[in-house]
Amino acid sequence: MAKREGTPASPDPKRNEEPSELLRELVAHLRQNRTQLREEWVVRITETRLLTAMTKEEIFAEATSVYDSYVEALETEAFEALQAYARNLSERIIPRGVETHEVVGIVLLLRDVLARSLFAKYQNDFKKLNRILDAYEPAANRIANTVAVGFVQERERVIRQQQEAIRELSTPVLQVRERLLILPIIGVIDPQRARQLTEQLLRGIRTNRAKVVVIDITGVAAMDLTVANNLVQTVEASRLLGATVIVTGLSPEIAQTLVTIGVDLGKMNTVGDLQGGIEQAERLLGYKVEKLAEPR
Amino acid sequence: MEVPILKQGAVLIATFQAALSDADLNQLRMGLVQQVVKFRSRAVIVDVTAMDVMDSFASRTLREIAHMIRLRGAETVIVGIQPEVAFAMVQLGLTLEGVATALDLEEGLAYLNEKFKTTN
Repeated sequence: MAKREGTPASPDPKRNEEPSELLRELVAHLRQNRTQLREEWVVRITETRLLTAMTKEEIFAEATSVYDSYVEALETEAFEALQAYARNLSERIIPRGVETHEVVGIVLLLRDVLARSLFAKYQNDFKKLNRILDAYEPAANRIANTVAVGFVQERERVIRQQQEAIRELSTPVLQVRERLLILPIIGVIDPQRARQLTEQLLRGIRTNRAKVVVIDITGVAAMDLTVANNLVQTVEASRLLGATVIVTGLSPEIAQTLVTIGVDLGKMNTVGDLQGGIEQAERLLGYKVEKLAEPR
Repeated sequence: MEVPILKQGAVLIATFQAALSDADLNQLRMGLVQQVVKFRSRAVIVDVTAMDVMDSFASRTLREIAHMIRLRGAETVIVGIQPEVAFAMVQLGLTLEGVATALDLEEGLAYLNEKFKTTN
């Protein structure tokens, strides 16, 4: 519509009625044919096999409210309400496994259905049809855009939330004895996670007043130069807090990689497995663990 | 602001304040190195708990203090490095290699006592 405002006033008196006049006429038409158009839209949705995760009744109910919000947005040109509705809708349907292409698909379908009905209505007055479409298309595109962006944003929010949750779950710092912490690392370490691991470990050393830390990387499948350097940094930072680090569970593959890329492991105290690491830590702390009797 | 140097038995304790100028650091270095022999101290503890930022000059000075103290026949323990500071230092490559560290003053004293016991 912005493009219309820029064009010089046309001598054609009919032009003065647009674009708000035309939009009003358009909205009146869509309101009048609400039942039929909505019906048609739902049929198209089912035909194209979109929203398969939802039942027919649900689709119909959602379609009704989407349709009404859509017409309202066309009429008022206020997209905030639609945006809020799109976010709300996304919140409800994302957990049910609705995909981005489906949401974009149904909004585009609605656009097509409405455009078709406009064709049908104004087929005898081509000029008017053109002007109506001029008014309709930018608004419709903006609506489609708003809904799609709202959906994607909601989805990204969910993903971020889940990443956060996974990250927090994946970096436990556990105290197994007074002054002895273990940090079992499982899965892929990226620089961000490495940073978080280090921060959590340092904080853990402080709060638990740890003197020895066992970092177990049995669950780490692969390690590259960056991650290896991060590990060395963690060891050094822990030392600055007065804690000794023992790294356990280096797999043969990782050992091979580290030797090949030439990471300086001189600063690292390594022991074969977690058990050995804990035993070594106990020795450093002056514990002596003895078996009292054979278990019955 | 001058850093006070306290004598506690055979140990000298210097506590860093939050904002120290380079001149203060230089003064502290000289003070410690002089007094460690004057008081016949066996060790020096530098407490940096109050420092929430450690620049490269401060870090380098700490390492220099430690090495100079060693040449004067005593040992240095740096205590109280904050987790964030430790992380930042390591990322800048300031690892205080060859210098003993401990969690806080208490730990530092415990470490030295242990050490004195074995060397006596």
